[in-house]
Amino acid sequence: MILVEHLTKCYGDFTAINDLSFEIKESQVYGFLGVNGAGKTTTLNIMTGCLSATEGRVTIGGYDIFEEPKKAKKLIGYLPEHPPLYMNESPLEYLRFVGEAKGLRGGDLNHQVDQVIQKTKLDDVKNKSISSLSKGYKQRVGIAQALLGNPKVIILDEPTVGLDPIQIVEIRDLIKELGKTHTVIFSSHILSEVQAICDRVLIIDKGKLIAFDEPENLEKLLLAPNEIIITTDAGEEEIREILAQVDHIIETGVEDREGEYVRAYIKTDLDNIYEISRAVFSAFASRGKVLLEMTLKKANLEDVFIELTENSDHGVENKERTSTINKSESEVAAK
Amino acid sequence: MIAVLKHELRLYFHSLTAYVFGAFLLAFVGIGAVLYNIQAAVSNFEFVLDFGKLIFVVIVPILTMRVISEERKQKTDQLLYSLPISTTQVIVGKYLSLLIVYMIPLCLISLYPMIFSRFGDVYLLTSYGSILAFFIMGSALIAVGIFISSLTDNQGFAAGIGIAVILLNYYSVSLSEYVSSTAMGSVIAMSVIIILLGLVIRHLTKNTNLAYGISFILILGIMAVYLIDMNKFEGLLPRIMSTLSLFDRFNAFVNGVFDMTAIMYYLTVIAFFLFLSVQSLEKRRYN
Repeated sequence: MILVEHLTKCYGDFTAINDLSFEIKESQVYGFLGVNGAGKTTTLNIMTGCLSATEGRVTIGGYDIFEEPKKAKKLIGYLPEHPPLYMNESPLEYLRFVGEAKGLRGGDLNHQVDQVIQKTKLDDVKNKSISSLSKGYKQRVGIAQALLGNPKVIILDEPTVGLDPIQIVEIRDLIKELGKTHTVIFSSHILSEVQAICDRVLIIDKGKLIAFDEPENLEKLLLAPNEIIITTDAGEEEIREILAQVDHIIETGVEDREGEYVRAYIKTDLDNIYEISRAVFSAFASRGKVLLEMTLKKANLEDVFIELTENSDHGVENKERTSTINKSESEVAAK
Repeated sequence: MIAVLKHELRLYFHSLTAYVFGAFLLAFVGIGAVLYNIQAAVSNFEFVLDFGKLIFVVIVPILTMRVISEERKQKTDQLLYSLPISTTQVIVGKYLSLLIVYMIPLCLISLYPMIFSRFGDVYLLTSYGSILAFFIMGSALIAVGIFISSLTDNQGFAAGIGIAVILLNYYSVSLSEYVSSTAMGSVIAMSVIIILLGLVIRHLTKNTNLAYGISFILILGIMAVYLIDMNKFEGLLPRIMSTLSLFDRFNAFVNGVFDMTAIMYYLTVIAFFLFLSVQSLEKRRYN
């Protein structure tokens, strides 16, 4: 459906996207994940024809977005980061304008506008001024706009930012619903969101694609050992002694102390984590110490994300740090 | 294009802009009609329009200031970029909607000569000829206003620059009598203009070398021409200033001549500034 090949975008000396390539297939929900400034919005803007690329190409349903923009844009509905709304119009007027601009006329226009108003539950507010609507409703008007013209692909840039928890759930349900009939791409920096709705996840960092897979597979990708967190009334030394008897423990340490209780973490290289917890439990019991709490911490997408984004360039980070130190030193010298 | 046009018209009539524009134009032309046609009993309606053209200095920037700058500020330009319509269609749609807003009070004004002709002899041919020229001149100023609005995302700034540019254009003929008409003065003025042009190019293309290069070559060219034939620059600056004046060309119509070169000049200005507006909007994609 969408083919992105060797996409590069530079702003002056700054490279926002660096040789990005991926393919999006039909009728799935794709999550576009990355920290702020990773290049998500830039990529989406290029894919929708709002921005030019320095290099590379994007084809949508076979049409190149730069060469045949009209045909390509007909296949996409786009909600930018800030919903592009005209504040002194009503949602109905606004949607009619967007519909007309997308080439809908007469009965077809009325029908589609009614349809998207129903889908996004805007019926109660469709004649109010957009400026008086709450943020959640504004977001829905933005999504409704993207749905007009029945595009095959719907691209949403951070659709849940700034919404309250109930609105977030509503928008997520809407995205899931849309995913049944359309290809949906949405960007986010919230992991749980992506995990909950997406069929596939793209992780991008510093303008590079660092992972593209199903959420479950990404979790398996994680190399970090599984972890158990315990709270006990034993002292630090005692804990170390007790745990020395248990096999397959690669690392232990104290997380924090609360009165007479100590919270400690145990890392293991064993896949069957229950076996370790059983061994830890009996080790403590045999010494007459009590385990007040025991939590199993499994690797999740969050860890994958942090690990992948951190690993992607340790070198650069160090360089930045030294350069800031040099800068502050020179500032001091100047004074 | 039709969708953009209808949408823009709705925005103008939702807000006060269209009404303020119409009210000012009608009031000013009305005052002129009272002064010339009624009190002084002059039967030429073109004198009224000659008097009324000063109001363009204020109302054109009011009308055009938000056209593109507000889209940028509200980030609605992203919608226009992502819709399956071209930038040219957007600009032309916007321009035509402004012309409609401008035409409504002008239709009312067109009734005045008819009304006056019931009470005495009015030269209807020159009256309507000058109304048409008045319309085209205003259209040219609106095109300039759209381009200025496309340069910034602050509509107040767009209005300020718009007023300054149109005012300068209005007085450029009178000013041209005061500026230096010596060859040296013209050369200095041309160099300043070239440097300003270079700054604009740098702002638009973000390419410092290109801007300096063009400025340098042009200044070098002027120096060369100056050394070869000094007389070419004699009185050049005043001549350029009065040639570029949109308002000065309207005088032919006031004198009862339907000047086709002036009409062509206005149409060229319209096409040129609409083209620049399209480029300015397109350029945003290449930032």
